[in-house]
Amino acid sequence: MISVRDLSVTIQGRPVLADVDLDLTPGRITGLVGESGSGKSMTALAIIGLLPEGAVARGRVDLDGQNLLDLPERALNDLRGRRIGMIFQEPMTALNPLMNIGDQVAEVLVQHHGMDRAAALAVARARLDRVGLPAPRFPLSLFPHELSGGQRQRVAIAMAIADAPDLLIADEPTTALDVTTQAQILDLLRELVGTEGMALLLITHDLAVIAGVADRVAVMQSGRVVEQGATEPLFRTQAHPYTRALFAAARHQPERVSVPADDTPILQVEGAVREYLLPRPSMFAPYPVLRAVDGVSLTVADGESVGLVGESGCGKSTLTRAVLGLEPLQAGRILLDGEPVTAAMSRYLRAKVQVVFQDPYGSFDPRWRVDRLVAEPFHLTGRPRDWRDRVAAALDEVGIPPDAMSRHIHQFSGGQRQRIAIARALIIRPRLVILDEAVSALDVQVRAQVLDLLARLRASHGLAWLFISHDLSVVRAITDRVLVMEKGRIVEEGATEAILTAPRHPYTQRLVAATPQIPADWVPLSRPGPLQDAAPPLSR
Amino acid sequence: MRRLALTLGVILTGIAVAAALLSWFWTPYGVTGVNIAGKLQPPGPQHWLGTDHFGRDLISMVMVGARTSIAVALVAVGIGVAAGVPLGLVAAAGRGGWVDDVIMRGNDLIFAFPSLVIAILITAALGPSAVNAILAIGIFNIPVFARVTRAAALPLWTLDYVRAAQVAGKGRARISVEHILPNVASLLIVQGTIQFSLGILAEAGLSYVGLGAQPPTPSWGRMLAEAQTMVTIAPHVAIVPGLAIVLTVLGLNLMGDALRDALDPRLRARVT
Repeated sequence: MISVRDLSVTIQGRPVLADVDLDLTPGRITGLVGESGSGKSMTALAIIGLLPEGAVARGRVDLDGQNLLDLPERALNDLRGRRIGMIFQEPMTALNPLMNIGDQVAEVLVQHHGMDRAAALAVARARLDRVGLPAPRFPLSLFPHELSGGQRQRVAIAMAIADAPDLLIADEPTTALDVTTQAQILDLLRELVGTEGMALLLITHDLAVIAGVADRVAVMQSGRVVEQGATEPLFRTQAHPYTRALFAAARHQPERVSVPADDTPILQVEGAVREYLLPRPSMFAPYPVLRAVDGVSLTVADGESVGLVGESGCGKSTLTRAVLGLEPLQAGRILLDGEPVTAAMSRYLRAKVQVVFQDPYGSFDPRWRVDRLVAEPFHLTGRPRDWRDRVAAALDEVGIPPDAMSRHIHQFSGGQRQRIAIARALIIRPRLVILDEAVSALDVQVRAQVLDLLARLRASHGLAWLFISHDLSVVRAITDRVLVMEKGRIVEEGATEAILTAPRHPYTQRLVAATPQIPADWVPLSRPGPLQDAAPPLSR
Repeated sequence: MRRLALTLGVILTGIAVAAALLSWFWTPYGVTGVNIAGKLQPPGPQHWLGTDHFGRDLISMVMVGARTSIAVALVAVGIGVAAGVPLGLVAAAGRGGWVDDVIMRGNDLIFAFPSLVIAILITAALGPSAVNAILAIGIFNIPVFARVTRAAALPLWTLDYVRAAQVAGKGRARISVEHILPNVASLLIVQGTIQFSLGILAEAGLSYVGLGAQPPTPSWGRMLAEAQTMVTIAPHVAIVPGLAIVLTVLGLNLMGDALRDALDPRLRARVT
């Protein structure tokens, strides 16, 4: 049992954690929720003794009556991996690309017990079997790049549990994964905790994930635990106003709007096919062909909000690029407001569509200042004389203060960047916006705010959007119609509510079943606070 | 630590550049006059670094030599940047196409020849002179910059901000200039200082074998060559130009490293 008492952390004098108390009981899952910057990850790093430079921790982190905060680095090194294991969010970077998976898992055992390599590899084999990577299909000699994201996360878990630690810390372990993979990883973690008698500290911003697996939950806000207790009663009562605000934001649905449509739909995709040639297996063999988009047809009417759902690798992103004219098609055609989309389409036509990309870190030139970044689409329409005012107004719409204009993008958090990306997409008032996982990285409260903005623009400008996501709860909240894509094909389409309530295609059924949900009967006894806690009112 | 490196680099490079500039107007003694009576003097109050086998003042020689070395290296790097960077940008913009292939195979062709040997061949064919040394060194800088530019530009072309620029209707040339070039500039500056110091070494090498700047223009390489027969009786005559080469190259490398950090907005905060 690990208990945290009065844990406070300051970084260069600035407090980041204050008086955090947590009890991590063997065989139990403790969830830690809160928005980004609330101190969730910092708590984990303090427990495992990996605080960033310049950080000072006070208080107690007791393991077997020993305060870990007092231990010297050497002793902590011995504890890490042996008594406390950790899993990170990004399975791509958590593994060493140059080591095979057997050696990576065995490393912990060699390190802590001086086990010889053969014995350590035998244990590694058993551990990999344990996390669902059985022997014949997944030999120890595989390298990380030969595995999918979910399989990599399994290897990371095998590494973390190789030495049967007392405490496993999982920091957003499923945020980077598809819903079905997420469900499998959560099942695995829950089962491991039960059978191995570990304590698990599960850090996430997703309340539904917590509701599904955590026995206890602690809610964090600006460095403090504002509320903690057994999950179900806590979720039912929502005693603290911050908890209520989180829930309200997570369940927030923007106002429904309907927009009169004209004769030409804004987007028509007819039988689109996009193929790639893969490297040939041998010198004279034919090139294998990958059909990323396989005969897709879809229509988005003016002012309509359409969702496109599917797991990574299903062809969503390729289709997005094709609609933007960045990828040539092998067959079929794409019409934007009745005119064909090509790489050489006119500026006038191109200005009708804009995009918000998934990765808020790669979406901006790090050398440009925000005003220039947001103004870039003016290239299509000609830069108006009052462009700086327009940029300020666009930033204001997404809740970014105007003094941001003269700053570089690296000074902003992921959520702020995503809002700046939305400001950039909307500044020339396109008719269609493609949102590629655009709100997945946002905290629930910011997400609610952005969704309201989109709904408002839909009403005021007749904006249509194609919302690409694997997060069914957001798709449900903001789209009228949904398309489900699997392996390059649209397998099901229809009204969002109907499809997500009663999916017909087995793939959709799998997706819906895998999506974590807060049980419908966990309604708070007292009504949740007014929505204004979380998001500004809609009227404007 | 980083500040120390920056300061040291700037000081060393600054001394070399200042000496070269100053030598246009003033040197302690003339470098063309011969004073056999005062030959091979050790460092002393009259000649701080001593004199060579013709009795010429070594400080003055090193100052004028700096001019030759820096001018040759600077123009050679200029040729490499002026031709290589656009080639690299074009190759990256047309990645996978025939333009890319032509440019990169042309690069491979130049790379396939040992550079100093070809430089010797060029200067031997065109006649030994500082201008021909510049040409010979400069040509071999072109593929270096083309490759570095292309290699650094390729991953940028897959980034979302380049896609965003395409969605904003910008063409490949414009994106290359507005987005790609500024983001590879820091690498090019580092590569530029490395090539600059290599240029100084190459110039010294060419003059050492008599194919660089011709007498009476002093040059560090030839000073070394002329001093080597007397290294046992007057070691300072070899040590002085040798140290000049080492310290200038060291200064350039330190400065290049620090400049890269200073030019990167992500790292800028940490430099100060």
